[in-house]
Order: sequence, then structure tokens, then C-alpha cells
Amino acid sequence: MLDDIDRRILRLMQADPAISLPDLADRAGLTVGKCARRIEWLRESGVLIGQEVVIDWRALDYAVHVSLRVTLDKTIVRAFDEFIAAARLVPEVIEIQTLLGRVDVRLSVIARDLGHYQAIYRDQILMLPHIADIESLMTVAVVKSDEALPL
Amino acid sequence: MTELDDIDRGILQALQADGGLSASELGRRFDLSQPAAWRRVRRLQEEGVIAGQRVRLDAGKLGFGVTVFLGVKLATKGRVSLEDFERAVTAIREVQTVELVLGLYDYRLRVVARDLADFERVLRRRIMTLPGVGNVEANVLLSEERRPGPL
Repeated sequence: MLDDIDRRILRLMQADPAISLPDLADRAGLTVGKCARRIEWLRESGVLIGQEVVIDWRALDYAVHVSLRVTLDKTIVRAFDEFIAAARLVPEVIEIQTLLGRVDVRLSVIARDLGHYQAIYRDQILMLPHIADIESLMTVAVVKSDEALPL
Repeated sequence: MTELDDIDRGILQALQADGGLSASELGRRFDLSQPAAWRRVRRLQEEGVIAGQRVRLDAGKLGFGVTVFLGVKLATKGRVSLEDFERAVTAIREVQTVELVLGLYDYRLRVVARDLADFERVLRRRIMTLPGVGNVEANVLLSEERRPGPL
């Protein structure tokens, strides 16, 4: 089980992923050795999966970000599997989520500009199998994106 | 815009999978000296392609069993109400991401909760009481995968 000190370590790491071990130990009120052992344990137990870099696609000239909300034809038994397998092959799809609600699957799609988006949508997205309905939300601004858990 | 060569793309893919890779490890993988690998990562950071790092935690193991995407429509619009809404919504700890979108909804939120009862509490007490909030649609996240993108 996690205790308050483990939670404090994870909170500090969430707030500053690049924090050094001595700083982290200091702010968690631990010796470096004890702090390192706790981090090791958090990794071994699978709570702490690792670190990932956040890529800003705008810096690579991908200015358009669209959230596509897809309803699938559920009369087809393998609709989910086949749709997702095909969506994985579209390089501009950067996230695939399955959902329970009015929408079945959500895809995050990036494109260089609206013309490029239109081409991806027409030539690749609409070709994906078993789509019953599709709606799009275009991201205008990201207001908050830290994805931190409220520990 | 930033021009990438094949090695830059490889480095970005490797860091997407494991953001904790050291310059010497990247150097080994891409047949570069450690300083050369470090300079490439540094350049990607300086040019904003690598926007930051994120700690990956297992939300389920930390007791957050439910993630819900909310589409929120504002009842009243105007600059002031958008600002009021954004200020209030970003302050909610359970709200991980907030995007201003064009389409059926005005905002897209990602919300974590311990379970459905906890989600209902967050929805009733925090989301539905936000300034200007109108219609809300909820979809519960079942599965999620991030793709490397067009690298």
C-alpha cells in the first residue's frame, strides 16, 4: 500500500518530472538512499510506469488538431477490432480511445493545415471500416494539459 | 519550422516510448557520441519540439478507476464568461485536461475519479456548478493508446 510519503514523492514528480533525486529526497524529507528505494519500489509495483516526452506537434508544423468521435456499426461483430487495427495504420492518428457512451471511439488526428486535414479525412479516415457516424471537434486552444492525478 | 533528419525522428520515437533514456543510451542506439546525442536532444528542446516531460503513473493502481471525457456547452457566451469558466475549470483537481473546441461543444474535459460514485460527486458539485455551464455529455474511457504520430 502507498503511504503519505509515497504520494508526496509522486506529487513532486508530477509537478516537476525533471527533478533530480537529491532535490526530490530533500523536498520529501528523506535521505537520498531512502528516496531511491521508495522510487525503486514504486517502479517495481507498477505504480510508476516511467517518463515520457511531450511532443509539441505545432513545432513540427502540424497546426491542425481534430478530435474525431466515431460511432461504429455494432451489427458487425468485429467492428471495434477491425476499426482500431485500421486506424493504427494512419500515421496522423496520435491517440485512439474506446469509450462507453454516445460515442464508441475517439481519434486524435493532426494535420499540417486544413487542406492536409481534408485529404487525410477523405482518403484515410472515411476509408476506415464500419463507421456508422462521425463528428469532429477542432481544438482551438489547449487550456490545461498536465494530465496530473489529484494525489 | 524545425527540420528533422532520420536520427532526430528516431530519437523522438525512442523518447516517446521512454522519456528517461540518457544521452549515452540514445548515442548507443543511434551510433552517435554521447555529446552528439545530447546536442540533438537539446536542440529539440530549444526549438520546442520536445515541449516537456511527463511522469506516467498507473491511475488504476493509485485508486483512480474511472476516466470520463466531458463535452461541455456553455449556456451563455462572451469573452468574460469564457475566461470565468476557464479559470474555474482549470482549478478543479480532478480535471486533467481542458481544450477549447469548435463543433458540437465548447470545451472538452478529461476528468479522473475514484469510481462512478466519486465521478457523480465531481460532476454535480464541481462541474455543473461552473459559471456558464450548459449542456454536458459524458463518455467513459474504456481503453486508450498513444501512437507515435507521423515521425
